[in-house]
Amino acid sequence: MTESGDWLLRPRRKHQYRLRPVALLLVAVAAILFQIYVPLFFHYLSYLEMPLLVTVYFSLMRREPVAGVLIGSSIGLVQDSLSHNPIGMFGIVKTLVGYFAASVSQRFDVQNTGIRFLLGFFFFFFHQFFYWVLANALLGQTLGFDALQTLVFGLLNATVAVPLFHVLDKL
Amino acid sequence: MEIFLNRYRNLTVLLVVLVAQLLLLAFQVKSNGDVRLIRVWAVTGVMPLARVVEAVRANTTGFFSEYLVLLDVKEENKRLKSSLGSLKMENQFLKTELATADRARALAAFQSRSPSRTIAARIIGTGTGANSKVVFLDRGSNAGVGKGMAVVTPDGIVGKVISSYPSASQVILITDPTFAAGVISQKSRVHGTLKGQGHSICLIEYIQNEEQVAVGEWFYTSGDDRVFPKGLPVGQVKIARSGKMFFKEVFLVPSGLQQGLEEVLVVLEGVHQTIPDSPETPQTLHLLPAPPPDPNAAGQHGVLSGNLSTDADQMLEKYKRTGAAQGHVFGQAGNKPPNFNLPPDSGSVQPPDGKAAVPANPPLR
Repeated sequence: MTESGDWLLRPRRKHQYRLRPVALLLVAVAAILFQIYVPLFFHYLSYLEMPLLVTVYFSLMRREPVAGVLIGSSIGLVQDSLSHNPIGMFGIVKTLVGYFAASVSQRFDVQNTGIRFLLGFFFFFFHQFFYWVLANALLGQTLGFDALQTLVFGLLNATVAVPLFHVLDKL
Repeated sequence: MEIFLNRYRNLTVLLVVLVAQLLLLAFQVKSNGDVRLIRVWAVTGVMPLARVVEAVRANTTGFFSEYLVLLDVKEENKRLKSSLGSLKMENQFLKTELATADRARALAAFQSRSPSRTIAARIIGTGTGANSKVVFLDRGSNAGVGKGMAVVTPDGIVGKVISSYPSASQVILITDPTFAAGVISQKSRVHGTLKGQGHSICLIEYIQNEEQVAVGEWFYTSGDDRVFPKGLPVGQVKIARSGKMFFKEVFLVPSGLQQGLEEVLVVLEGVHQTIPDSPETPQTLHLLPAPPPDPNAAGQHGVLSGNLSTDADQMLEKYKRTGAAQGHVFGQAGNKPPNFNLPPDSGSVQPPDGKAAVPANPPLR
């Protein structure tokens, strides 16, 4: 690895994120409220996975896989409770997202905008794809998976993730 | 063991959480049941917040619209220097109020004329997930809403209740891929099964290729599913073509979702109805009261009794008077038929020269 690229891989230990439970709770509830309420008026915003972005953010910033697992599973289970699918689908997927995001944060500088964009995109695609796999394998649903559409929505979510993460940094 | 767990703490926690959720999932799939407690907690925790957000939005929108109206009034007053501006703005405000009340009025009209017992509900949220076709209503089991009840609008069916909580209920829309309902076509009474496709068009399955279904034809609920009462509009056929196997491919545009969803009706007790010959129009027809009787009408049409409403009544009355004037008794044998070409009140026509009355057109012998 060259000197110039090394800073991308070096996590900023100085800026260890102090997770405030109240902030976590409020942001998570706000993200879920956003997902169930805003699409009533702006249908195209239903493709914005705010609970996922919040899960990714807190897991990245907390840098602890156990915390990522607990955050992801909690948000996912609440999301499951508000869907008509069996409870556990979003829970499992977001648990994995939380775990991997926290693991990745130990190796990368997650304050970097480019890294955040890439991670936002990657985790959205991973989330949608793994959900589709679970729905087909565990529930026997015959849902289609539109890779191109998911890629486009992944880019949109990543674009939203960057400013959102900056706002959450201020909390 | 402890050393192992400490060393692989992260993986252990991940596996425990995953296995717990998999077991939960397996339990639900296996028993076809639901972990209702978790859902009740989540809905009870989140839905009041959604209700607050909706109330804040509605009030904020109202405040700003009224604020803007006031600004307009001020400008209007400055320009016109009179109170005419405020009256105009008041008129505008009332028009806006009227427009917003239209939907609720249509619902109320439908509710009053529908034989089914229904309750009005407002949509306060959607389900989670990118392709979610689930919405939440602000009425729950406290209002009598139960699982399996039909949800409709005056335009057509919307979905059915899949979960009912004390203060809210969850409705699966007819566009959801897991939704199905029994339907029947209006003209040829062909039965089929409506299925959601995940987008705005629904599919009707199990219609034989030999059956006749035309584009534009209306489909209604058949009542076979025991959820939707028979006779509710479902939508119009957009595409109808023969399928590769035995069944047609019929795609339908659901009429209940075309106007956007804000308020709906939950059918508490459904009553089956007949399939109408022509699709009902959702708009209420406003009829003016009957006009007052014209005082000059009697003079124009001759002396007719005031209760004669149709042309046939008036003609019958004219023939009776003509017959009476010429001494004819209708229905009596051997009577000479009257001359209907004479005016009704002419009686036996007296020519100016005083000769005997001669009918203008003597009857044929």
